[in-house]
Amino acid sequence: MMSTDPDAERKAWMSLLAKCRAPDLKRLWSAYGATPGHSILRAPEVGSVMVRGRSGAVGSAFNLGEMTITRCSVKLETGEDGHAYVQGRDPDKALHCALVDALMQSTASASVRAIILDPLQELAQARQQARASKAAATKVDFFTMVRGED
Amino acid sequence: MYVAVKGGERAIDNAHAWLAEERRGDTAVAELSVAQIREQLKLAVNRVMAEGSLYDADLAALAIKQSRGDLIEAIFLIRAYRTTLPRFGASVPVATDDMACDRRVSATFKDAPGGQVLGPTFDYTHRLLDFKLAAEGKAPQAPEARAETASTPHIMSFLDREGLVQQEDASDATPPDLTREPLELPADRALRLQSLTRGDEGFVLGMAYSTQRGYARNHAFVAELRIGTVPVEMEIPELGFAIEIGDIEVTECETVNQFKGSKTEPPQFTRGYGLVFGMSERKAISMALVDRALRWKELGEDNVGAPAQDEEFVLYHADNIQATGFLEHIKLPHYVDFQSELELIRKLRREAMPTQEAAE
Repeated sequence: MMSTDPDAERKAWMSLLAKCRAPDLKRLWSAYGATPGHSILRAPEVGSVMVRGRSGAVGSAFNLGEMTITRCSVKLETGEDGHAYVQGRDPDKALHCALVDALMQSTASASVRAIILDPLQELAQARQQARASKAAATKVDFFTMVRGED
Repeated sequence: MYVAVKGGERAIDNAHAWLAEERRGDTAVAELSVAQIREQLKLAVNRVMAEGSLYDADLAALAIKQSRGDLIEAIFLIRAYRTTLPRFGASVPVATDDMACDRRVSATFKDAPGGQVLGPTFDYTHRLLDFKLAAEGKAPQAPEARAETASTPHIMSFLDREGLVQQEDASDATPPDLTREPLELPADRALRLQSLTRGDEGFVLGMAYSTQRGYARNHAFVAELRIGTVPVEMEIPELGFAIEIGDIEVTECETVNQFKGSKTEPPQFTRGYGLVFGMSERKAISMALVDRALRWKELGEDNVGAPAQDEEFVLYHADNIQATGFLEHIKLPHYVDFQSELELIRKLRREAMPTQEAAE
């Protein structure tokens, strides 16, 4: 199903970047090659976000606790703005994520997707799949021993 | 007369230097890395994140190393660090329905859609010391099975559909935040849940246990306990839309409780709720039981005077950093205070025992 949300694609890549592992991104960023010319709009800044839950899972919001986050904004020489809000306290990761976000809006988007985003997506899926498979192996199969009405 | 004094700088510096040496322990034994703590003492890390109220496993592991494994001291370090961080905003409430579950069990429905998934649990182990762990061995590997892509809906939603369970008021209003405004009573449920989720595990467990033993009994069934990862979504001001900013592991417990009805509510099941950072099962169940006990007023139940029903008692004593701060300060110099006590007791004794004093 195609999404009608015009921001859906950007939302997806920004989310993928925010949740990726810093060493993976570092490796893929080096594989991408030269850092494009850019200026820093906001240098990497570490802060927190208050994570909320819902009372009874479906009710009103409450404050669960904070998480660390790093944000960063850049402008490419070609004019595109890139933003990053990423989990953790890694300034390099935030900077690279902001650059990738900017590049994805530029003419370089196809190669950035192939060299950086697609591998990140595969890694994320593989990690999730590995955990899901282990969980599946601990699923209980019940079998009836004696029926009460006999 | 008391004369104010200062001093002790050298003694303090040397004490801290010795602390550093003792922290390292025997140098013939390899030093523990922060990454080792993060990976291999994960449940301690989880507790420090939950009660430190900051989700960052590396920081929690560092705090555990610095505190020599004193988890309350580690929580203190995290709370102190947290206050130095600028807050960029608040997340959209996490959707625990979409959790990628490592574990998901129900004590109420055997055949729950999605199944009973045990996950990496201590349950059903024999609690016998495993001396094999004292020797270095090969890294163990867990078996795998084909994972289904079917969703795992909340078990409570089935009771909800039948109308057998009390409804939750869903509002997106900004909840009160006890890290920004002092905790004032009466507290609404949002404030109680925030207080409980960062409260001391031992205290919340004790309070929950008291309800099971009969002090405001509310007979809880664990309708569902799930542990897994949920994405955290936040509106990005520069963009005008929300993105996922991270993944967090949480434990969620929903209890279903008997309720005979009251003047205001028909007979139905009621809910208790626990949601805690990390894999923190004991804490999440405890939180749900105490949450339920504290709801007596909104459900029109009787206050039987049980400790777990007493909002002021529970909320003002659940925080181990507040508690330990006040408790431990009494070991610090109180020379002036005590001098006045000493003089008072001497005076009272002189008045009470004039003949004896005179005789001496």
